Amino acid sequence: MKFTFKAFLIAAAVAASFSAAVTVPARAVLEIDVNKGVVEPLPIALTDFLSSDGLGAEITGIVSANLRRSGLFAPIDKAAFIEKISNPDAAPRFEDWKVINAQALVTGRVTREADGRVRAEYRLWDTFAGQQLSGEQFFASQSNVRRVAHIISDAIYERLTGERGYFDTRIVFIDESGPKNQRVKRLAIMDQDGANARFLSDGRAIALTPRFSPSRQEITYMSYEGGQPQVYLLQLETGQRELVGNFPGMTFAPRFSPDGQKVIMSLLRDDGNSNIYVLDLRSRSTTRLTSSNAIDTSPSYSPDGSQVVFTSDRGGRTQIYVMNADGSNQRRISFGDGTYSTPVWSPRGDLIAFTKQAGGEFQIGVMRTDGSGERILSSGFSQEGPTWAPNGRVLMFFRQAAGAEGPRLHSVDLTGRNEQAIVSPNFASDPAWSPLLD
Amino acid sequence: MRRIAALTRNPAVLALVMALAVTGCASKKIPNSAADLGLGAGGAGAGGVARPGTQQDFTVNVGDRIFFDTDSSVVRADAQQILARQAQWLNQYPSYTITVEGHADERGTREYNLALGARRAAAARDFLVSRGVAGNRLRTISYGKERPVAVCDDISCWSQNRRAVTLLGGAGS
Repeated sequence: MKFTFKAFLIAAAVAASFSAAVTVPARAVLEIDVNKGVVEPLPIALTDFLSSDGLGAEITGIVSANLRRSGLFAPIDKAAFIEKISNPDAAPRFEDWKVINAQALVTGRVTREADGRVRAEYRLWDTFAGQQLSGEQFFASQSNVRRVAHIISDAIYERLTGERGYFDTRIVFIDESGPKNQRVKRLAIMDQDGANARFLSDGRAIALTPRFSPSRQEITYMSYEGGQPQVYLLQLETGQRELVGNFPGMTFAPRFSPDGQKVIMSLLRDDGNSNIYVLDLRSRSTTRLTSSNAIDTSPSYSPDGSQVVFTSDRGGRTQIYVMNADGSNQRRISFGDGTYSTPVWSPRGDLIAFTKQAGGEFQIGVMRTDGSGERILSSGFSQEGPTWAPNGRVLMFFRQAAGAEGPRLHSVDLTGRNEQAIVSPNFASDPAWSPLLD
Repeated sequence: MRRIAALTRNPAVLALVMALAVTGCASKKIPNSAADLGLGAGGAGAGGVARPGTQQDFTVNVGDRIFFDTDSSVVRADAQQILARQAQWLNQYPSYTITVEGHADERGTREYNLALGARRAAAARDFLVSRGVAGNRLRTISYGKERPVAVCDDISCWSQNRRAVTLLGGAGS
């Protein structure tokens, strides 16, 4: 189960950012304002990277799919292209691209080094200003070509939006197979676009709610593998698993602290209620943060680690609460109709995503951290469990239709207008987005 | 922190999970007979006579499960009658250990339903203890909404899935 990307990292470290001779001092001519209410997707022409085999077209296809899925870009049909790029080092004929309304143009080349590595270079052009916006080259092993395409996607996204990208990321999730009343639920991981899916558990025991460490190649999840359902850690590079803590009863709903040094989770009490605990992974010390006679669960840290959002039914129906990281100053922040669950603090710190049940529907929404400004982004028969892309612009969640069908992953951006189905090998649930890989 | 490899497997739990796995009844019938639970093969099925003191006897003649209202862990009057019968039977056959499973329907989110299933299992356990069943014979486990017995998308199914099931953990174990 060893990842190969560590070897890639070494290669990436020697990758040099280079500027082409035609580069003009940067002037923010072409930029997408992602803070506008409705963003018209930017028409962009992505030419197949020159290569002696199909690799160049493959890379362009991955970049194009990423940018299209973001909802911020509208890749132009290649059939409309006039100029055929034959030398990616030379400036293109901007007129040929302006006439098909390509506001941005991407050209590139893929070659193989003598040592077998793949070298990929791209240039991003502003066609109306007639200048290069960025250009970089990367070296990688053949098995990391998809990753190079994601890194290039992030570079284009960042140059044109001014925001961090989120394409060079992975999703850990629960792979579900078999009939609903005896469904196999296994830990799995894949790239954010659904490629390279792999299982991380064998499916003999139910595994649920995996979450990425913000700082290490590590996940925390809940599993029935020990008989009693409890929270575990899994090291992705070694496959080593460990029980988290030594608690008498069920532990569940784990998440890491922003520094990756603690796991916060719920512990079932003997009376059937559940309270929130935090366990320091280094000192092994545990601290109880809530003590209500209620179900307190689904804790999630603010990105600065100072606060925790969670749910409780201490007031009757389940609602969202916020407390300081030491458990003090617990206060309710959700006051709408219905019940609220699965709150997750945005990596930007400005919003809390949640699942809301109201009017017989399940909704994915966001609110500000004081509970104001609630917005519903997606509604349906059954959907839950939002997870944030590392740039805080997109949410992924899982949705299930009525009946015996299983759940599938979907994403929605913060406008609620760009909803996308995420490819997965089987039924899939409980997605958790990784941080940007580095 | 313990390694998983160091954890001992509990045969009773494995048997329990297998029994659940064969409960694959997708009909709207409430699967509370031994046959529905896959226990009837070669023994006393729904139409047969269960030998007193056996799992079949418990499942067929006492009733192994109770149902709950939506988002509730209150033991209803009809459920209290079943649990009272269970307690009487369990007190008559004190060598059995007991596992009470708590379950939820699919109209709640995953983590909350794990907690709700646990609360239901605890409510059923506490009732059995109040009727004289020794607490050290009982353990509970929650499956949340992960193990429905009825698969459909309406109230008739959801009501069957909101349940606590009393399983005999094996004589003398």
